[in-house]
Amino acid sequence: MSNAVVVNEVLKKFGKPTDQTWRRLLPYKPNTNGSKSQDNGRKPIVLAVNRVSFDMLEGEIFGVLGPNGGGKSTLIRLISTLLLPDAGTITVFDRDVVRQPRQVQWMINRVSVEASFFKKLSPMENLLYGARLYGMAGGDIRSKVIEILTRLGLDKRAILNPMEEMSRGMQQKVAVARALLSRPRLLLLDEPTTGLDPRSKREVQAVVRELREEHGVTILLTTHDMTEAETLCDRIAIMDQGSIVAMNTPEKLCTMVPSPNGHKPTLEDVFLELTGKSLVADEEKEVA
Amino acid sequence: MSLAVHQLRATYAFVERNANIVRRYWSWEMVWMIYSIADSLSVSFIGMGFEQMGGGSSEVDGRYLVLYFVIGTLVWRYLSTIFYWITDVIGIERWEGTIEYTLMAPVSRLTHMAGQTFFAVIYSLLFTAVVLLANVVVFDIDMQQANLLGGTLVLLAGSFSFIGVGIMASILPLLFPERGSQMTHVLIALLLLVSGVYYPVSVLPSPLKEMATFSPATYVLGGTRQALLEGVSTIELWIYIWPVLIMGVILIPVGLWIFRQAELYAKRTGKLHRNG
Ligand SMILES: Nc1ncnc2c1ncn2[C@@H]1O[C@H](COP(=O)(O)OP(=O)(O)OP(=O)(O)O)[C@@H](O)[C@H]1O
Ligand SMILES: [Mg+2]
Repeated sequence: MSNAVVVNEVLKKFGKPTDQTWRRLLPYKPNTNGSKSQDNGRKPIVLAVNRVSFDMLEGEIFGVLGPNGGGKSTLIRLISTLLLPDAGTITVFDRDVVRQPRQVQWMINRVSVEASFFKKLSPMENLLYGARLYGMAGGDIRSKVIEILTRLGLDKRAILNPMEEMSRGMQQKVAVARALLSRPRLLLLDEPTTGLDPRSKREVQAVVRELREEHGVTILLTTHDMTEAETLCDRIAIMDQGSIVAMNTPEKLCTMVPSPNGHKPTLEDVFLELTGKSLVADEEKEVA
Repeated sequence: MSLAVHQLRATYAFVERNANIVRRYWSWEMVWMIYSIADSLSVSFIGMGFEQMGGGSSEVDGRYLVLYFVIGTLVWRYLSTIFYWITDVIGIERWEGTIEYTLMAPVSRLTHMAGQTFFAVIYSLLFTAVVLLANVVVFDIDMQQANLLGGTLVLLAGSFSFIGVGIMASILPLLFPERGSQMTHVLIALLLLVSGVYYPVSVLPSPLKEMATFSPATYVLGGTRQALLEGVSTIELWIYIWPVLIMGVILIPVGLWIFRQAELYAKRTGKLHRNG
């Protein structure tokens, strides 16, 4: 098996460069004390992704876990050409995301937490738009949309009514369908099951498994559901404050921390242990 | 699949999507249509008002003035509708939250703009035609000596320059997520002021008069009025056509280039998305 994704020393900061440009134009120079955060109400610098490196094998389901603000979505945006890295490189099936974005875009699709649709348009109209962008013909799209959405448990009537009339979970299923329509080789799933009921969750998880098993799709998945991560992922990276603090198979990760009270540690224990420490350490730093 | 077929299908994606949006927001379209008709008529009535205030005996020719205003409001409606549809290329998707999905699709910005522009021109033509119809019903418009073909040519040529202006302005919502859309109104208001929509630009004081030279709308309005009011021949209209063609040839590629820079800037600084 070859590498599907290679992420090498990737760095992404938010909040700095533009402010600096303006600062140079100011007649007076506000004193910044060389500190990292900027004063006079400017946004402080956030190191969203901090020198992250990892490889994903073709056909692998790779999980990224981490606390809110850990940098998971930023990482996914960097891979999907929506953000440009400040340093480091990312390749998707040997294409560089910065230098060959179009070639990368052909091979990927993404599901994000928020469903993101034209609210007054129906799922069918939204998906026609989405899939045409990938060069698909109208007839093919229509039949596939029905197929995928009924598979995900959406009834036919809902497919032709405006999105705004649908619940969040139903909208999320349409978002999953949008990503599947273009037959991506790499699927980026940013909390695809957040907000879904237990049955819908399983339906989506089954689709994810099937994609890998029957079509060899490579999948990067972020989730806050530890069971989901454990059952779906071949390997898991835990990301905290922009850095990967651990990366291994779910079983091996569970051996990384001491057992809390005689039980075998769960993935949740590992998560809490590995992402909790740095929080405490940070508070200490601030006090000092 | 060949690249050309793919890009053509992608172009159609934008046309179809916009048509669907118009259909789903049809009540809003009706409101906007009524507003536009009322706006056009109320300005054009000024022509008749002038004649009456002048006592009917003066040199004020009411019918000439009405047609002068009708042309002004229609040309302006047409150009500004094109402008707004194109500048909204980012704004509308930011509002709906779909922008990231469109910008991560394998579609060139040229294809993207071509789709949006094609729809904008067709929509604006249809919309303006309805407003024209209302004017024809209300006013007894005499077009016997008008050069209709020439007027249409000027209008179509002018579309290109306004497409360029629209593409340039469309980066505002990309750069300024909160206020970008409002900024485009300022631009259109300035163009309205200097382009001579309701008066000859010769009445403008010095700095504004010079600005008029750089507004493509000045030539479109001048040309269509010469064609429809004075019946000037198509050959003679050339002096109105070449400036807007040149503006289009310069503004469209420059606009696309600027858009590309703005897109890269947004991707560097994380301005594409708001949440998640
Ligand atoms: N476009 C942006 N502009 C400025 N800061 C941003 C932007 N996107 C993300 N950030 C910041 O980068 C950090 C990482 O955010 P990110 O969304 O990647 O976290 P996450 O791991 O996906 O969190 P969650 O689990 O809540 O989805 C946060 O501090 C966030 O505020
Ligand atoms: Mg996130």
